[in-house]
Order: sequence, then structure tokens, then C-alpha cells
Amino acid sequence: MTTLLEMKHVSKKYGNGTVALSDVNFSVNEGEFVSVIGPSGAGKSTLLRCINKMIQATDGEVIFDSVNISGFKGRSLRKLRTKIGMIFQNYNLVERLSVIENVLHGRLGYKSMLSGSLGLFTNDEKQQAYHLLEMLGLKEQIYQRCDQLSGGQKQRVGIARALIQNPKLMLCDEPIASLDPSSAKTIMDHLKNISDSLKITVLINLHQVDIAMNYADRIIGVSKGQIVFNGAPSQLTSGDIKTIYGSDASNLMINIENHDRVKVAEK
Amino acid sequence: MSMKEPPRISPAMTSAPAMIKTKKLTKSNIVIRTTMTVLALLTIYGFFTFNNQNLKFWPSLMATFANFKTVFIQPHFNHFTFSQAVEGVTVTLALGLLTTIVGAVVAFFLSLLAAENLTNKTTSNIVKTIVAIIRAVPTVLWVLIFAIAAGLGSVAAVIGMSFHSISYLTKAYSESFEEIDEGAIEALKATGAGWWQIVFQSIVPNALTSLISWTFMRFEVNFGVAVAMGAAAGAGGIGYEMFMAGAFYFDIREMGTITYFILAIAIVLEILSTQIKARIRI
Amino acid sequence: MSQTYFLTKRLRSLVVLGVIVLVCFGSSVLTQFNLSQGIAAIPKAIVWGFSNFYPTADSLAYLSDIWAKMQETLLVSIAAAVVAAIFAFIFAILGSRITKVSNFLAVLSRAFANLSRNIDVSVWSIVLLLTFGQTSLTGFFALFIASFGFLTRAFMETIDESGTDPVEALKSAGAGYVPTIFQAVVPSSISQIMSWILFMIETNIRAATLVGILTGSGIGYIFDLYYKRMDYHAASLVVVVIVISILLIEQLSNYVRRAML
Repeated sequence: MTTLLEMKHVSKKYGNGTVALSDVNFSVNEGEFVSVIGPSGAGKSTLLRCINKMIQATDGEVIFDSVNISGFKGRSLRKLRTKIGMIFQNYNLVERLSVIENVLHGRLGYKSMLSGSLGLFTNDEKQQAYHLLEMLGLKEQIYQRCDQLSGGQKQRVGIARALIQNPKLMLCDEPIASLDPSSAKTIMDHLKNISDSLKITVLINLHQVDIAMNYADRIIGVSKGQIVFNGAPSQLTSGDIKTIYGSDASNLMINIENHDRVKVAEK
Repeated sequence: MSMKEPPRISPAMTSAPAMIKTKKLTKSNIVIRTTMTVLALLTIYGFFTFNNQNLKFWPSLMATFANFKTVFIQPHFNHFTFSQAVEGVTVTLALGLLTTIVGAVVAFFLSLLAAENLTNKTTSNIVKTIVAIIRAVPTVLWVLIFAIAAGLGSVAAVIGMSFHSISYLTKAYSESFEEIDEGAIEALKATGAGWWQIVFQSIVPNALTSLISWTFMRFEVNFGVAVAMGAAAGAGGIGYEMFMAGAFYFDIREMGTITYFILAIAIVLEILSTQIKARIRI
Repeated sequence: MSQTYFLTKRLRSLVVLGVIVLVCFGSSVLTQFNLSQGIAAIPKAIVWGFSNFYPTADSLAYLSDIWAKMQETLLVSIAAAVVAAIFAFIFAILGSRITKVSNFLAVLSRAFANLSRNIDVSVWSIVLLLTFGQTSLTGFFALFIASFGFLTRAFMETIDESGTDPVEALKSAGAGYVPTIFQAVVPSSISQIMSWILFMIETNIRAATLVGILTGSGIGYIFDLYYKRMDYHAASLVVVVIVISILLIEQLSNYVRRAML
């Protein structure tokens, strides 16, 4: 197994003194499906954004694909970002544009300033967008405006936009937090499928422990900006959950006990 | 670096149309583009038709910049004193204030008639149409028309300026009334309250914050209008001083002083207005 | 308990009312405004208006002159709003918290917009009159400066409201600054921006009358001409032409606004 991503002593302090991340160390292998769990405000989003440098870490090193990217700026940073796809809790689509236009936005990192600004895409890119949408079951909605889509459909557009980048790594920031259970399952299945068939590494923030345990190869637990658990789902104990979530853990315990039954029911 | 490129989905895999368009013309896209094109063409056409009377454009523009520089960098007092300037500003503020209050009082009653949920559709439409026509006449024309009957001065200025305030505030107030939840009115109707009781016990308290914020916003506008009416319609105040300094004495350095006075008041009013809006939204 | 509650509430209303009355009284004294005179002026003006201020068959002869000036004013108003919109868009991009390049530029662009917005259009027209004289360009520049200030603020708020989400997504895909603006910010805010431009054109037409009176150009000039000649029939025809033009443009832009959504 090759290591794709490595975080070494990464910390993030904000100007007002809040510590979002302190001394975070972990690595992710190629093709792995890793879920980051933790209560809201624990620093999960900051952690993800320190990888593609949407947020600049104050300390530490990020190594992606054997290259230390901590000092990347300008053009090299843009080039790095094309290799890292990202999907968001609020889908972050341009609501007034059509589905295919939003998908093609994923190609902007490869474009010159002029062709990017004018939205000039090659036929090859458009074909690729079409196939991705077909694969994600959105063939019928290609020309629909995104504000007319349901939440689950919007997130699938978000996935297509990330995939068209040809990424090695997918960062997913709470992708199912605003979705109903059935759409959430569709999205998770798509992500798992992407990871399995396209061998794209997935790093996903979730706050539902049971879903994380169902899908992930490995779980990273974050609490107050620190990694407090890093291991296979089967190693996660009630005690660990309590460390991650603190005193609010009681209702999450039920999920973990029902976990096996859920898994059986799904199969 | 042993990483392989992730397998990408090849274009030949499934049956896609050979050429794919990304833009689909929806009604809204067509309207936006048409509007943009028409406006752009009218602008270009406009520049060709402007009467320039042998004006040398670039030298004039440079001279204008030089003037702006003088206005802002070398203000001085010449034909009037500091205390006269303060007096001028106070008069202009007072004109703006009177106009706003007259406007607010009249607009309050008109907006009760214009709000669809308080009267009926016909009355509301009639009042709204009249108010729209009043608004279509520029303020300066109202002032000048009233000046014929009442003579140039503060009476014509306040009444003339009030027309526009009335029209603007009636629209704003009635829209605030129309936003009020039907239930709040129904609840009082159910207790057998009369129309005026409903207005003062339910409508006004519910809409009060937005009424105040609209009124203050209008005051902000009316200060500017009062400056302009001083300059163009003999309403007095700082606007008149400015007109004299600029168009009569050609003293642009004194224009500078006046400009700073006007700017200072306008900024204070804007800050107050945002403060009031922020405070009453809580 | 409840009695004191109602008492203080009533007392507070009374105090507010008292202050307003006092301020009104002070203002009236200061400006020599007389409310009874003001009220008396209204019926007087109405009577005078009905007997003098209406277009007659004779005044219709001026219609072609008036229409030519109205056309000029319409074009000046549109051109000023459109050119101002282009500049305002650039400044709004630099000033909006979502798209700003640096804090310094953001503060600078906001300050610039504040300056041009808070100084009344009448001030700009008088300064411009000195260099551009009685030409359309004086009106154009005066309206341009005022429109620029207003539109910069309006666009800035529009861009702020369109949200950071799409911008974040495009940035994370490696898109550059300019493509992000054109592919995320512009599509999200274009209909609102167009709506503001249409509003600005309406406002400019009204303001153009004032600017014209001050600087001797356009529809304002021709009104002033007839007004000073005391040819009220012709002056009233000018008013009619202005009102019809403004109402038509309002209708048109309302239609466009609805269709753009």
C-alpha cells in the first residue's frame, strides 16, 4: 500500500486565539475510504480544508502524493487542487446554472484565464460530464437549473463536478448532513462505489457514527482539535465514542449497539 | 511517485450525443441577454448623439479632474463664514425634516388605504396608481409648480418635496402592512374589534420597526433633495450657497468647503440610519 | 404592576410625540415655513393648475422639440447607468467580502463609492458645469458619478448575499480568480444586478430633470425655458412627456424583472 496523504504535526490557530487543530498526525493510503467523525466544532471541517489549503495551517506539514505541499501558492496550488476533489454539505453549486454547467466547473482548474472565464470547454470534456451524469443517474436533468433539483440530486451534481477533475483524493465535508436518510444512502453508495471502482481515495467527514462504521475502511475520531481515535471500525468501542463525543454520547451508544443489525438488514 | 493515474471514464464508453451544448436558452437567459444588448446598443448610440458643441473631450475631462482636486484639497471660505455655513446646513436639514414628517403623516393614512389586506383590491389599486403617477413627476417640478402658486421659498419647497416623500413612503408603508401575518388581523377581528382598533392595536405595532426604518431612510434621501432644491428651486439653505459659489461666483474652492459640509452630514445620517436599522431589528 | 407598565408605555409615546412636535416647530421657525400657508397653498395650486397648467392645442407644436430633448435625456440616463454599472461592478468585486483581493483595496473602493454616493448629484453637476458647459456630457458625468456610488453599494450587497459557497467550490477545484468571478459570482448575481441597473435608469431620468435645470441641458433645460417664459401650457406638456416616459419605463423594467427570475 502506498501512502497518498500524510499530515505531520498540523495545527491551526485563529487570530482570536481559538485553536481549531492541534498537532494532528495521520496518513491515508491510496484507495482507502476513511471517515472522520466527531462532534460539531471539533475541527473536522478545518482538518479537511487544511489538506487542499482552503484554510492555511499555522504549523506542520501536509504531504500529498510524496510532495510536501505546505508552501504551495498560486499556480502550483491551483494545480494541486485539481488533483483533490471536494464536495460540501451545502452542495455549493451555482444555483442559477444548469446541471452540466456546474459539472464542467470542475474543469476550470485546467483552463487558462480566458477560456475559463468564458466557459469554453472542449467536446471531450462535455462528453465526460455527460457520462458522469449518466453514471450518477442524472441524465434526464442535464439542462435543468440546479435550484430545481432535490438535495440528493444536488449532491450528485457536486460529486460529478469533483470527479470530472480526475482527482486522486476526494474530500467530503458532511456530504449527507442536509439529506433525508434515503438520499443519504444513495450518496454514500455512490461514494463507496467511486472509491472501489475508480480507486479514488475518499476522506469523508461525518457526524453519524453508524454510517461511518458501515462504509469506512478506517475511522479517525476528532475531539477538540485533536485526534483521539484512529483505527478500523471494528476496533471502535463505546469507550472511544465517549472520548470523541464527551458526555453527549448516550444517544450515540444505541447506534453502535444496533450497528450489526443495521448491517444485516441492508444486506 | 508510484501513483497511477486514476482510471478515467472514457468518452467512448456509452452513447452520448456527439456534440453537447452547455447553454440552454431559458426565458430568463434570453431576457437577460436581450436587455444587456439593448442597453449596450442604446449606450453606444447615445455617445454618438450627445451634443458636444465642439467640446474638446479630453482637455475638458482633465480640467474636471483638476477641478475635483481643487474642490477637495483646497477648500476655503470667501463669500460666507463658518457660522453661515452651519446655518445653511441647519436650514437644509430642517427642510428635509419637515418634508419627511409631512410625508410620513400623509403617507401613513394613504398607506392604510393602499394596503390590500386592510381595504380591498380596487381601493388599493386606485391609491397605488395615483401614488405611482405622483412619483413619476420629478421632485424639482413639484417644487417649481408650487412656487407659482405659493411663491419661491420654504413653503413651496416643503410642499413640493413632500409629494415625492408621500408617494415613496406610501408604497413602502403599504408593503410593510401587507407583509403582516393575516392571523394577527383575524385574531382581533374575532374579538369584534373595529377597523381603527385593528389598525392601532395590531397593524401599527407589528409594522412599527419597518415604518421607522423606512422613514429614516427617506430622511436621508430628503437631505440630498433639500440640497438640490436649494440649488435649483430657490429653497435656501446650503444648496443655495453652493449654487451661488459654483454657478455665480465660479469659486470652486468655496464649493469645496460646502461639499465637505454636505458630505459630513450625509455620512452622519447614513451611519444613524444603519444604526437605527440594526438596533430595531433585534 | 400592569398599571405602571401601561403608564410608562403611554408616557414614552407622549415624550416621543412631544420631541417630534418640538423639532417640527423649531424647523418651521428656522426655515420660515408656515403650515397653514402650506395647507392653503394646495387648493390654490390646484385651482391655478386647472386653469393654467395644461397642454393646449397651441403648445402641441412644441412636442417635437420636447420629444427630442426627452430622447436625449433618456439616452444620457441609460448611458450613465450602464457605464457606471461597469465601473461599479469592478469596484464591488474589489469591495465585497467574498471576492476582495486585499483589505486595503476593499476599504479604498468602499470609501470611493461612499464619496460619490453621499455628495448629491446637484453638487457634481455644478462642478462639472464649469468644465463641460451646457452639454449632454455634463449631465452624463453628473449622473455617472451618482450612479456609480449607488450601484457600487448595491452590487456589493448583492454579491455578499450570493454567498461564499459556489466561490469556495470553484476555488477548491483549482479555478483562478477571474474565472471564479465569471463562472460563480456573475451567474449567481446577474439578475439582481440587471434589476439594479434598471432601477438606476428610472432614478436617473428623474434626476436628469434636476441636473438639466442646473446645467442647461436635456429635458430639464426645456422645462426651465418654458417655465421662465411663463409658457405654462408648454411646460405642462413637458411634465406630461416626462410622466409618460417614466411610467412606460417602469412598466418595461417590471416586466423584465419578472421574466428574469
